[in-house]
Amino acid sequence: MSTNIPALRLTSITKRFGPLTANDTISFDVNQGEVIALLGENGAGKTTLMNILFGHYVADEGSVEVFGQTLPPGDPKAALAAGVGMVHQHFTLADNMTVLDNIALGTQSLFRPRLDRTAAKTKIARLAQDFGLSVKPDALVADLSVGERQRVEILKALYRDARVLILDEPTAVLTPTETDALFKTLKLLVAKGLSIIFISHKLHEVMAASDRVLVLRAGKLSGERQTAATNRRELAELMVGREITPPAVPTVPLGPVLFELSSVSTARQAHGTPLKHADLILHGGEITGIAGVSGNGQAALAGLIAGTETPSAGTVTVNGNTISGWSPRAALAVGIARVPEDRHSQGAVADMSVMENVIAERYRDSRFSRSGLLDWAAARKFTQSIIEDYNVKCPSPDARIRLLSGGNMQKLILGRALDPDPSVILANQPSRGLDVGAVAYVHQKLLEARSRGAAILLISEDLEELLALSDRIVVISEGHLSRPSARGELTVRQIGEMMAGHEAA
Amino acid sequence: MEALEILFTASFWVAAIRIASPLIFATMGELICERAGVLNLGIEGIMTAGAFAGWFTVYLGGDLWTGVLVAALVGMTLGLLHSVLTVPLGLSQHVVGIGITMLATSLTYYFYRLALPEVTSPPKIVPFEPWAVPGLSKLPIVGEALFNQTPLTYMAFATVIVVAWALYRTPLGLAVRAVGENPSAVEAQGISVTIIRTGAVMAGSALMAIGGAFLTMSAFNSFFFNMINGRGWVCIALVVFGSWRPGKALIGAILFAAFDAYQIRLQQLSGGIVPYQIFLMLPYALSILALIVVARRATYPKALMVPYQKGER
Repeated sequence: MSTNIPALRLTSITKRFGPLTANDTISFDVNQGEVIALLGENGAGKTTLMNILFGHYVADEGSVEVFGQTLPPGDPKAALAAGVGMVHQHFTLADNMTVLDNIALGTQSLFRPRLDRTAAKTKIARLAQDFGLSVKPDALVADLSVGERQRVEILKALYRDARVLILDEPTAVLTPTETDALFKTLKLLVAKGLSIIFISHKLHEVMAASDRVLVLRAGKLSGERQTAATNRRELAELMVGREITPPAVPTVPLGPVLFELSSVSTARQAHGTPLKHADLILHGGEITGIAGVSGNGQAALAGLIAGTETPSAGTVTVNGNTISGWSPRAALAVGIARVPEDRHSQGAVADMSVMENVIAERYRDSRFSRSGLLDWAAARKFTQSIIEDYNVKCPSPDARIRLLSGGNMQKLILGRALDPDPSVILANQPSRGLDVGAVAYVHQKLLEARSRGAAILLISEDLEELLALSDRIVVISEGHLSRPSARGELTVRQIGEMMAGHEAA
Repeated sequence: MEALEILFTASFWVAAIRIASPLIFATMGELICERAGVLNLGIEGIMTAGAFAGWFTVYLGGDLWTGVLVAALVGMTLGLLHSVLTVPLGLSQHVVGIGITMLATSLTYYFYRLALPEVTSPPKIVPFEPWAVPGLSKLPIVGEALFNQTPLTYMAFATVIVVAWALYRTPLGLAVRAVGENPSAVEAQGISVTIIRTGAVMAGSALMAIGGAFLTMSAFNSFFFNMINGRGWVCIALVVFGSWRPGKALIGAILFAAFDAYQIRLQQLSGGIVPYQIFLMLPYALSILALIVVARRATYPKALMVPYQKGER
């Protein structure tokens, strides 16, 4: 096998979505046996680039070569045949089928009268053993944990003899322990001569697991470094384009208890884990961070505060009053503000106007309605004040909110939530998917609310964000809330252990 | 007790299996479409078109099996139209399906009138004759019911076996089930979602049309208006009843047909004291009950009715 032909070569790839250039003349090589980290912020064009490489998108310009062979554009089948395997961020598994069937899908001629499961099983067992990827081939994918599903995805690629493996944000859904296991697997793969590209925006992972780092910023390749010869600070600057400073957290006197859960459980939900005997106290002037792997009861906790979930046992106390008849409207009425997890599906009605969305939580107030009729003039004035106060870039209050960028939509939702000066604020993944500038803005607004004496519950999957902002951290695991720990009391590793379900030592 | 004795007569079960046959074809057809993620509400119209196409081919002098083939081809063509609109174009499957039903029904009546402008009573054809399976047909009740039917009924049962085998034992079936659950899983393995879905809808529609043809070629021997009479809609319920599994759907079809055969006999028993419409309603009322009991926990194919657009974010 010749070593001077790169495993993968991208030559001036350009991709435009309307006026947006997602990838701008990007070129690089990946050598055999190398782990490349593709680093960049959300929206920098990482996923687009990988989708072009795999044939999901067709590039407007440029070419992709695998071991010297040019891939035809827009043909995943050709990419697979050339030995490119991809583990997507959102897994591409069919839940109704077994692990074995998912892996075998598309690997045998479609018109064979019989699927050869025996041969497939043997090959999977061998791969699983070689690379430490334990899976149960006959288990239904629906019954697997996220970590197991990822192993199935990697096996899918290996089963097809992938020579180049692309992993799109592979650690986003994993606990720190699972992440370590993944990185061990990657080392084994590289030792066997595979080349790996993994996409990430987490600097510490990039430093830990890669040989070389490529940094993307706003669709352009903004830098390339040998991992051994760089540091997190330099990479961060390449990624963001300027120096980033952590938010300054002022000292604020601790306020009264504004929200309290005592031994609260929620009913079993169709999606996500219910809360189990959860105790939680939120003080004014304090940010309480909830750390945990997604799907461990965060949705139930958030729903309980926002009023979409009711307790099946235990009591919820807001401003000293035990609540009954809990509903989203009741939550708003007692001064709870919410920044929902998914701004598109829970925070806004995409096809309604900015103005309609801004008053969506308060249209019944006497400010905006009189004897059952909406006062559009007042609504417009209010919307304009939010647009100005929160620096929202939007064409007009009448524009449909779907036209706004994620950051601007989030600013509007923040404005809507913070305007009535709420006493309790639920911020669920408030900075997910935002660029660094917008993240800083969201953080600043939350800290301002904290200074005013609001009690803030910050749910986030980004440990760095939690550690930077939270006065106290509570770990959520399988619906249980841990004892709160004060700022700096626990190390990242200890928190990670607790997220994986182990008690803190 | 007379009402119970009916259940032990051979003629009752013969009728039940005969009534079940077109339902089995069309239910398997709908099941294939839905497993691939496409709800095919064109079923009622496609059955109408199939009923006419098969019958008319024979009326013009064609062979009975040629009639079945023509019906299948007509079904495939309508299936192709359905899938072009719902798969690559991603239009609403409800609207397209109902549109196909109205289009196919009206076109069928139009061609019928065009071909036979003067006729008041529809002409009959020589239908499929029952064919007794040697040996097995001598068994009491079961022999009569299962092994003394027309070839199309045998074909209906064979279809269930073929569909079940294809879905669970072949690479193609794997792709069909995956495309109805998570199309991106199929795309990521280098298979075209459009081709799999289009193929499934065409194959399913062919079976629906054969189900329609059964009525004109193996039951009523002629074509008349409104002859499908909601059978297509029943098949959609049967697919849910069967939790998208061929074997369970077969049981559902036989159960429904048995209710239907039973109510006809009850009508005769009641001697006109009770309005017969009550009995007509019975199978449907029982189906709703059965759905409530069985289908509440049914797990739908996750991508059912969700159009897939390649490269969409």
